[in-house]
Amino acid sequence: MSDLLVILIPVFPLIAVLVNGLLGHRYATDLAGRIAVGSIGLSFLCAVAVVAGVISDPTPREVIAYAWIFGGDLHVNFGFLIDPLTAVMLMVVTGVGFLIHVYSVGYMHGEDGFTRFFVYMNLFMVSMLLLVMGNNFLVLFIGWEGVGLCSYLLIGYYFNKVSAAKAATKAFVVNRIGDAGFLLAIFLVFVNFKTLDYLKVFENANQLSVEMATAITLCLLVGAIGKSAQIPLYTWLPDAMEGPTPVSALIHAATMVTAGVYMVVRTHVFYDMAPVSMATVGIIGGLTALFAATIGLVQNDIKRVLAYSTVSQLGYMFLACGVGAYMAAIFHLVTHAFFKALLFLSAGAVIHSLEGEQDIRKMGGLSKKIPVTHAVFLIGTLAIAGIPPLAGFWSKDEIMAHAFVHHHYVLYLFAAVGAFLTSFYMFRLTYVTFYGRSRVDPKVEHHIHESPRVMTVPLMILAGLSVLGGFLGVPPEHGWFHGFLESVAAPVGAVTHEVGMGTLIGLMAVAIGIALGGWGVAHYLYTIKPGTADAWSERFAVAYRTLLNKYYVDELYDAVFVEPCKRLGRLWDWFDQHVIDRVIREIGRGADVSAAGATWAEKHVIYGGLNVIGYANHLAAWSWRKLQTGLVNHYAAVIVIGLFLLTHFLLVWLTGSSLL
Amino acid sequence: MLEELEFGFPILSMLLFLPLLGAIGLWTQRDTELIKKTALGVALFELALAALVLLRFIPESAAMQFTERLNWIPALGISYHLAVDGISILFVGLSAFITVLIILYSWDTVQDRAKAYFMSILALETTIMGIFVSVDLILFFVFWELMLVPSYFLIKLWGVGADRHYAALKYVLYTLLGSVFMLVGFALLSLNYHDVTNTYSFDLLDLLKVPVPVSDQLLIFWLIFMGLAFKAPVFPFHTWLPDALVQGPIGMSVVLAGVKLGTYGFLRFSFPLLPDASTNATVVVIVMSLALAAIVWGAIIAIMQPDFRRLLVFSSISHLGFVVLGLFALNFQGLQGSLLQMINLGFTTAGLFFLAGFLYDRLGNTLLDNCGGIASKMPLLATFFLIIGMASIGLPGTNGFIGEFLILLGAFQAHWVYGAVAVSGVIFAAAYFLWYYERAIFGPIGEHVPQVLKDLTQRETIIAVSLCVMIFWIGLYPSPFLRMVNGSLQAVMDRLDRGSIASIEQDRTLLSHARALEPERQDWAMAIRNPESAIHNPIAPEPGGKD
Repeated sequence: MSDLLVILIPVFPLIAVLVNGLLGHRYATDLAGRIAVGSIGLSFLCAVAVVAGVISDPTPREVIAYAWIFGGDLHVNFGFLIDPLTAVMLMVVTGVGFLIHVYSVGYMHGEDGFTRFFVYMNLFMVSMLLLVMGNNFLVLFIGWEGVGLCSYLLIGYYFNKVSAAKAATKAFVVNRIGDAGFLLAIFLVFVNFKTLDYLKVFENANQLSVEMATAITLCLLVGAIGKSAQIPLYTWLPDAMEGPTPVSALIHAATMVTAGVYMVVRTHVFYDMAPVSMATVGIIGGLTALFAATIGLVQNDIKRVLAYSTVSQLGYMFLACGVGAYMAAIFHLVTHAFFKALLFLSAGAVIHSLEGEQDIRKMGGLSKKIPVTHAVFLIGTLAIAGIPPLAGFWSKDEIMAHAFVHHHYVLYLFAAVGAFLTSFYMFRLTYVTFYGRSRVDPKVEHHIHESPRVMTVPLMILAGLSVLGGFLGVPPEHGWFHGFLESVAAPVGAVTHEVGMGTLIGLMAVAIGIALGGWGVAHYLYTIKPGTADAWSERFAVAYRTLLNKYYVDELYDAVFVEPCKRLGRLWDWFDQHVIDRVIREIGRGADVSAAGATWAEKHVIYGGLNVIGYANHLAAWSWRKLQTGLVNHYAAVIVIGLFLLTHFLLVWLTGSSLL
Repeated sequence: MLEELEFGFPILSMLLFLPLLGAIGLWTQRDTELIKKTALGVALFELALAALVLLRFIPESAAMQFTERLNWIPALGISYHLAVDGISILFVGLSAFITVLIILYSWDTVQDRAKAYFMSILALETTIMGIFVSVDLILFFVFWELMLVPSYFLIKLWGVGADRHYAALKYVLYTLLGSVFMLVGFALLSLNYHDVTNTYSFDLLDLLKVPVPVSDQLLIFWLIFMGLAFKAPVFPFHTWLPDALVQGPIGMSVVLAGVKLGTYGFLRFSFPLLPDASTNATVVVIVMSLALAAIVWGAIIAIMQPDFRRLLVFSSISHLGFVVLGLFALNFQGLQGSLLQMINLGFTTAGLFFLAGFLYDRLGNTLLDNCGGIASKMPLLATFFLIIGMASIGLPGTNGFIGEFLILLGAFQAHWVYGAVAVSGVIFAAAYFLWYYERAIFGPIGEHVPQVLKDLTQRETIIAVSLCVMIFWIGLYPSPFLRMVNGSLQAVMDRLDRGSIASIEQDRTLLSHARALEPERQDWAMAIRNPESAIHNPIAPEPGGKD
């Protein structure tokens, strides 16, 4: 396997971006679609070749493209690192990415801006590949913000829609909060190691103090929370559903949002040194898993249910990281990519066949009309709910078992309740969408049609992966998958708990019971006694409305952060115009003084030749007086000087430097 | 060593006076078409000359290169001394590049008194070039002040706002006010030189040989600081900027926002000449406070601006805060990031002003109320708007990221608090830019948006594309640029680290090693490289003075 092959993986989609972006308006959209899909196909083939190489020799390998930023003691290469973790991510990104691209050709057929859509999608692939392939923190960061940009562009794809435009901005800005934390982490890494290359940094990681490791990991965590939509920065993801459905599948389910998990696992050497950070990761993950699941219970938009489900499942991955089960986290990342992509794409097929309807209250009884879509959606539901032997069961069970065995009982409880809710809301979604009597708008009803092959074939492949993908990791903690990742994702210095087979089987039985329980309740509420759910929502109206309105978190953030910020902007703007400017003009009045100063300088220093400047100053002083308008506001001066001194003293105090 | 003239002619003098000659040439013309073509031709030729200088510049060197020297006022030691080094070289290229774009932009947009306008633009280019190629402090100061003349007329006569007369006067007076202090500072430097050597000199290379007593350094530092702070402008001396940039013509706004004269001065004069004052803990804390205040202040105000050009003004102030922050981080990454960012802003902020101009020409203003859903009418504009905007908010892969990252890394190394506070500016930047973009470019088509809205013309597209090329070049492969600046920055860094007395000792030791190789002091026409400074910071051959 040559270095060129590695470099080609992101280069193919990049070429497609350039070709379609610059020349796309000159040829038919069909060709643009073929170029876009073809580039991902080629990229996938290269990735397969590279991954085959990693399987035969898992030693990490660096490929340096060129020196990127250098000077002083900083030297950052544009380079790639190929190791088992990257290999897994490559397969997910290019494999699932390819299927979603194929599907999109059918889904986006006839849309305005078809070419634009594929330019963004390919650009996303480039960024995501850089993210998972980079050999240092800064290349990771290019990908990190690059995927954010593409996410922004694709959420705002229907840019004339106010809600889409707003959602796009929100996604980017919230992600930027995370990115700021990530940047601080990068600085800390550089300060401590004088390099940003993974291999060198992790080799020397044991030199860090626990406090420093904690600081680095908490900053990294802020980044991960933003990108992977965890509490408290998850609010952008549900809104991101404004984008076309393939985007939700690719970016907001299978790949980009898992970047935070990837990053935590990539840097797990630091996390292993910082128990406080580990606990934080676990608690955030557990809380998010449960919290998002509760919101998912009552949403009526098919994509929003899936969005909250994604937030919740990402929570499981964080929980796994928090208890040191990095391999289980990546395993769940992979299976989740399969079944969540499947769910989103089949939801897309539903929406497609209903001419854009997303409200499940206007669906129902679709199972006979779109049987293929129904079948694959059902497989996805079974997989996410954790019904064995589908993929989701193995990965979720492994996380829960790991938490239990390592005595994280509270987290286990969170995960278990979350699993019950997951099963419930997913089967609710399935029942309401595909069973019962039809509530479809009659005008739409007779148009309902199964999607074209270009869409259903990727669905079937994903369905196959959702059924079989879990066997990669069987038996739990000792499957092929774990052996492959062992060298990069095994926790450092962890105590191995030898657990009896009985415990594991017992935990498995509990997990199955939970999943079946959720299914059972959904079955009861939505097929045996339909109407019960509505009755309950009336009986517990307050709770219902709180959930429906997502605990009013968006409103809270608006009131606490956004509005004050705007008010501050207005206030400072006024201050800038009416106070600071006036103070400077007052100082300008002192131009008389400065003119005198210049005259002094002129007399004592620059005799001859430069008289003109002195005169210019006299002139200036005169003009200053002319410019002066209105009253002298001494209070204003006091305020400005006071403000300055305040920040000044604050900084002196914080930085501990001496004053004057 | 390099005894021959670089090109057989004094290229920096040509670079300096070509635009002025061009301006004089325009005077005789009457035909507007011909005037425009001549102006463009002159600017393109100037750009070619600048490119030549950049290509022949020896990278990774601290040397003053392409030196030209002629005595001007010998009694005061004032000389016509031109040269470029790693600190100024990129500005030379940037100024030439920007001028070409301004002329292209003004092609159809300036109808009124076109001849005078293009003359002013070319004259302005000469003065700006003068600022960057001058090694003599008085020569520098002359161009620094002369620059006000074309600027004043550009704002006053071709300004687009109703208050342009006020804005022009304000700009000139504010800058003058600062300059007075700066001139006194320069004079004190020369006086100090006289104390030691009994001769006067305003030559940077001479002044660098004589240590300034630490007690005097502080005073001189603040005097020069005032001049630079008003011009830059550093918060809170920035209040002329909103007036000048909103009332003035787009061409002028591009120059004022894109060519960072003020902050250049810190690297050129303050740091090498006054290393002890520049590293003084109190000075650093004060300036860093101002920088942080500017970052947050500018960004927060920018969020609420309904006028895109005003938004850009405050975003400029915020960006300038970053530049100052990097400078006074006083470490290599900080200096490197700031220098690069000064250049970057010439492509990003200036680029956004061009785009504001494109909008202005179509809508009559850049207010939010008149926009909305522009993307569906002008997809090209929307695309470039986003690319340049993303570069301006520092998206990785664009030039803005390299600068901002290095600055923040530098600031963080200086003290983590600086980095932590400044990083908030990154978040606010995304907020103000994207919120405006959301409402103006995205969204449903606004009610005041004209039915017919032509997308970018060919000329406008050329402007936008050339900016984008630079944005991605510096963002993805900054190596050639970094190599050009690194040598001189290391020299500045050395002086800052050692303080002035130790630096001069060091220079002297190096000089004694280099003596054998060195040619006699150059005549003005002998534009040769300064070999001894290739080893270290620029110093003149004979160590004058009583010690």
